[in-house]
Amino acid sequence: MMARHKRMVMVAAIVVGVSLAAFLGTKAYQGNVMFFFDPSQIAAGEAPPDKRFRLGGMVEKGSVHKTAGTLDIDFVVTDFCHTVPVSYSGILPDLFREGQGVVAHGRLQNGKFVADEILAKHDEKYMPPEVAKSMKDKPTAAGNAEACAKLGKA
Amino acid sequence: MIPELGHFALILALILSALQTVFGLVGPTRDDPRWLGVVRPAVAGQFVLVSTSIGALVYAFVNFDFSIMYVAANSNSALPTFYRVTALWGAHEGSLLLWAWILSAWTLAVAIFSRHLPQSIASRVMGVLGFVSFGFLLFTLMTSNPFERLPLEQIPADGRDLNPVLQDPALAIHPPLLYMGYVGFAVAFAFACAAMLEGKLDQVWARWTRPWTTFAWGFLSIGIALGSWWAYYELGWGGYWFWDPVENASFMPWLVGTALIHSLAATEKRGLFKSWTLLLAILAFSLSLLGTFLVRSGVLTSVHSFAADPTRGMFILGFLVIVVGGALSLYAWRAPLLKSPSGFDWTARESFLLYNNILLVSAAIMVFIGTMAPLIADAIGAAPVSVGAPFFDLMFPLFMLPLCVLVSIGIHSAWKRGKISASKRRILVGLAVATGLGLLFVFAAYGGPSKWLTPIGTVVGIWIIVSSLFDPVDRLRRKLTLPRAIVGMTIAHMGLGVGLIAISTVESYTVERDVALAPGETVALGRYAYRFDGITEIEGPNYAGVRAEVTVLRDGRPIEVLHPEKRRYWVQNSVQTEAGIASRWNMDLFAALGDDLGAGRWSFRAQLRPLLDYIWLAAGMMALGGGLAATDRRYRSPAPAATQETSAPLTPEAA
Repeated sequence: MMARHKRMVMVAAIVVGVSLAAFLGTKAYQGNVMFFFDPSQIAAGEAPPDKRFRLGGMVEKGSVHKTAGTLDIDFVVTDFCHTVPVSYSGILPDLFREGQGVVAHGRLQNGKFVADEILAKHDEKYMPPEVAKSMKDKPTAAGNAEACAKLGKA
Repeated sequence: MIPELGHFALILALILSALQTVFGLVGPTRDDPRWLGVVRPAVAGQFVLVSTSIGALVYAFVNFDFSIMYVAANSNSALPTFYRVTALWGAHEGSLLLWAWILSAWTLAVAIFSRHLPQSIASRVMGVLGFVSFGFLLFTLMTSNPFERLPLEQIPADGRDLNPVLQDPALAIHPPLLYMGYVGFAVAFAFACAAMLEGKLDQVWARWTRPWTTFAWGFLSIGIALGSWWAYYELGWGGYWFWDPVENASFMPWLVGTALIHSLAATEKRGLFKSWTLLLAILAFSLSLLGTFLVRSGVLTSVHSFAADPTRGMFILGFLVIVVGGALSLYAWRAPLLKSPSGFDWTARESFLLYNNILLVSAAIMVFIGTMAPLIADAIGAAPVSVGAPFFDLMFPLFMLPLCVLVSIGIHSAWKRGKISASKRRILVGLAVATGLGLLFVFAAYGGPSKWLTPIGTVVGIWIIVSSLFDPVDRLRRKLTLPRAIVGMTIAHMGLGVGLIAISTVESYTVERDVALAPGETVALGRYAYRFDGITEIEGPNYAGVRAEVTVLRDGRPIEVLHPEKRRYWVQNSVQTEAGIASRWNMDLFAALGDDLGAGRWSFRAQLRPLLDYIWLAAGMMALGGGLAATDRRYRSPAPAATQETSAPLTPEAA
């Protein structure tokens, strides 16, 4: 009887522990998972106004403005249909370049995306998978309104 | 000619691995000495052949044979000789070859050191290893042949160079050590399969399996630590662990492997947890396989490359299904036959090992979910998500802190009916000492806690160290023998304590600033200050760049000079940051050089990371402890002991 009693207590303890872990895990997951949006989705108002998310696209050519002597930088992320202005203060990853894919973490403030992290990747040819996917059904160069219209987002 | 020789050797090795599988697995059921006699020569022959193959590829690298596609893609005439050799595992094809070679070396070691084992078990173990080897060699030859030649008109004058981030001494030895760990779990896996095929699993089996598993675990510990060290100084932005999918891929087998070596202890000493041990052995190797493939096939870095190379992806899936599915089916069929004696107190050592296993496996499941969630979301067409470090940072301590507390208590427990209350005094003394020392440390050295984790982590870390020392010190005082197994266990557990203290301290007291500095300007970090002295141009064998000179001052007096660099590698035209780091006994001084910001200013990342190096010391201690425990005398005695455990420790402090 004693052994059985003890085993019951142990099983109950494990069940409680697992439920607690699952509950906290779900909480942590919901709080820390970050969704991905491209400029067209932001233009359509799909991005959350008060939550951090991931913005991905191409760094528009000629859009990078650095304030000399400071860490402040402004640039524009485009998916060739819509654009989002981005501001960032910090050190840029080695592979950040105009005309290349980029993923930034941050939040929207007054129509501007304030980034707190710009993702660094190891590989020159590497395209962030989410950006690759987002760009797949987009035109390949700016000013192609027809292709954007076809997407129904223009 | 030489590369073709290597290719041919690889094909012969594939044939030998098939023979090794068939004779190793079928031989024991026929009980024919001629069948069984084939296995060991096949193992030796395979090792020689795969070595020949790897030698041929090294030869092609060292002699700039750019007609080989793999060499042309990963080497260059300006690449130093050392990196031309390590470029061998710089990409997918060569890594697989290295994997196959390390597997053949482990199998050779099994062939040599298994002579005192019953022949049927040894054959089956080698048969299973032969099958794994067969799969890998076939995969290499069919989808990832490193010896593939380029058509004559496509042979480049020079190679595309090794990825600059891989041109580093730590990364040169990181993959081989990691693979030593991964592949080592193949031996534990093979022992598990052999036991299931044999239909018999006793304490002697656990004694055979334990040293192999512990060795593999030790190698994996060092391999992961080296990878973390490399990421810290080579990826350029500080930080020692990013919960990156590639890191998690190596961490999951480590967590399960840690559970396995503890579960094996219970199986060896008390004949317990038999089927659980088998399951963990299967799981540890499955996760190793998954890790290798996830990293190597590019599934994780880019979800889409899976589809981009359907043959590779399908082969990987197929092989995983056969190995994991086969082993699990065997398990479902055989495990119910295994009976473990039940009956132990819930504060006995068996119970503490059980708690250890529950927490470690739960942590592994948590890491698995966090790592795979983006892949699964993509597969089912849900919105793309990413699970970042905050998730893991929040969840991981939930499993690890209870585990560490239980380690401090469980160390004092005894087998069977031993109640932990018998060691109440030791536990309380240890806790009191740890609380005193821990709080003294936090307040005296750092002026108080900055996060809730700091005092808890530090106190528990010291508690583990103090608790570990009770038993060995007691043995020495009573002039008892101190077996290597106990010394090893003590060092490994102390390593855990050291690691916990170091991680708590680093996470709480790291000072970090990104700044723009002109020559002569200073940035203050508490008592310390970084002064940017100037910048010079540098030129290396295959790169050019700039090097900054940064003087670190403490209380206004210079103590170190750092030289962070920014290199541009010519061939791939890629920029690489080399951090400037000074490791002192109590902290790392770290500076990374960013961009030329104009107006004479450069961007810098300046960091002070207290006790950072002790994290790697901790991994080293765990590996050393594992190595000592695995070479304990009782594993070396050729006469297999009786099945019945006769030397069950009677005192609570005995292991």
